[in-house]
Amino acid sequence: MESTDIVVSIESVSKTYDTGFKALRDVTLGIRRGEILALLGPNGAGKTTLISIVCGLVNATEGKVTVNGHDIVDDYRAARSLIGLVPQELTTDSFESVMGTVKFSRGLFGKGPDPAHIERVLRDVWLWDRKDDEIRTLSGGMKRRLLIAKALSHEPQILFLDEPTAGVDVELRKDMWGTVRKLRDSGVTTILTTHYIDEAEELADRIGVINNGELILVEEKTRLMRMLGRKQLTIELHDPLAELPERLGGFGLELANGGSELVFTYDTQADRTGITALLDELNDANIGFKDLHTTQSSLEEIFVNLVKRPT
Amino acid sequence: MNLHGVKAIYLFEMARTWRTLLQSVLAPVISTSLYFFVFGAAIGSRITEVDGVSYGAFIVPGLIMLSLLMQSVMNASFGIYFPRFIGTIYEILSAPVSYFEIVLGYVGAAATKSALLGLIILATASLIVPIEIAHPIWMMFFLVLTAVTFSLLGFILGIWADSFERLQIVPMLIITPLTFLGGSFYSIDMLPPVWQTVTLFNPIVYLISGFRWSFYENADVSLGISVTMTLAFLVLCLMIVRGIFRTGYRLRP
Repeated sequence: MESTDIVVSIESVSKTYDTGFKALRDVTLGIRRGEILALLGPNGAGKTTLISIVCGLVNATEGKVTVNGHDIVDDYRAARSLIGLVPQELTTDSFESVMGTVKFSRGLFGKGPDPAHIERVLRDVWLWDRKDDEIRTLSGGMKRRLLIAKALSHEPQILFLDEPTAGVDVELRKDMWGTVRKLRDSGVTTILTTHYIDEAEELADRIGVINNGELILVEEKTRLMRMLGRKQLTIELHDPLAELPERLGGFGLELANGGSELVFTYDTQADRTGITALLDELNDANIGFKDLHTTQSSLEEIFVNLVKRPT
Repeated sequence: MNLHGVKAIYLFEMARTWRTLLQSVLAPVISTSLYFFVFGAAIGSRITEVDGVSYGAFIVPGLIMLSLLMQSVMNASFGIYFPRFIGTIYEILSAPVSYFEIVLGYVGAAATKSALLGLIILATASLIVPIEIAHPIWMMFFLVLTAVTFSLLGFILGIWADSFERLQIVPMLIITPLTFLGGSFYSIDMLPPVWQTVTLFNPIVYLISGFRWSFYENADVSLGISVTMTLAFLVLCLMIVRGIFRTGYRLRP
């Protein structure tokens, strides 16, 4: 597998709704085969519109999308048969059985019956015991898992998960993460949108950030955190300071915790972080300290900073 | 062609009928049987024959047609409107099925249900009033053609409607009056000349006339005109459905 093997190609896609609302502006994105790509963005940023265009639910105003080389408009059958979609809303037929609805999905995507595969999928999402039950008797979390089972029923190569863990409890979220990792290990390309930054941090190989219909960046998660992440050194002082000494003014320090801590923010990518100079300066000023520790900014902080930037 | 997809939609829709057997089958059969009983067996016995046919038997084709039209429109409109309403339409729209296959699945199921219902009502009517079918093949032709055409109309309605109220408007305020005024209970010869002309603008007259001809060889308009008008309505519905899918009207923004 080549890391640059693009399975979904989105080229200059824009979407303007009849109301005049511009949901997407000139989005270009290549999704690599086998990766987990997390799309982050605030509400109304355009994440769901982008997914909906690739899956055939919304027509793009401009641009071109191919799935494994198949144009989603001209060759929609080949393109769509490779895709599974788990929508954001819990949309299910209340009176249908679990088994019935999963079989329906498989047939709809042009696949003949395969009881062994259906059983495997239902077991993977812990619903095999409920296979004969009506959907209305399932809990919200079970319905979410059922939607995943439906999307996997036709053995897709690409899976779109639109807010897959919205409204599910912590334990179930972790189970879902396990399911997504298992899918990635089996070669399924996964694109997920999420509001939970820790979910993206936990699962994604790459992160895409959408804001106001524009794709602000797409980057390897680790590289993104390295590039945009700030690191902070917190120095616990022996004796609290009422104010910062003038000689320390050039370091951009902040006094915290009632003056008992000095917080120094530095750039991990810089040639010189300034830590040595700071510690020397503290020594010269006779400011004693008893402990120091560093923290790195989380993806959430990076995300908030990105979407706050003027576009 | 994605035959598995068509089959999945068709069987899903048919399964809904079996789950709601009382509402889908029994209710229309009972209500139509009441018409037969009241207008056919009870009041009908005091009414003279119409075109040489007892009144009870005369109204059978019109009443079957009334039920057929209503059920075709309602089954098909509900079939496509409900997934739109609850959101499960996403799965149909994201699946590798063509517009034709979607229509085949939904309209095929709705037409099957209403045609079966028409036959059940016919069998029930034959227990209450004496019925003869002079041209069974033509009878089936009109039954199936009407079921398909009005299921297409229902499909269009189900896409156009944006509320349950709108979903009810066409069957209740348009189909029912047109059917009652389309010669279900009378021959249009019995109307004053002016109203006979006005009635000819009602498309349902041609359906009922052709259908009744297949039973008793009596028709208000010629068989050729009935067939032509029904086919013309079918083609019109097909063109509208094609336009809906080409533009994504109410389906794909």
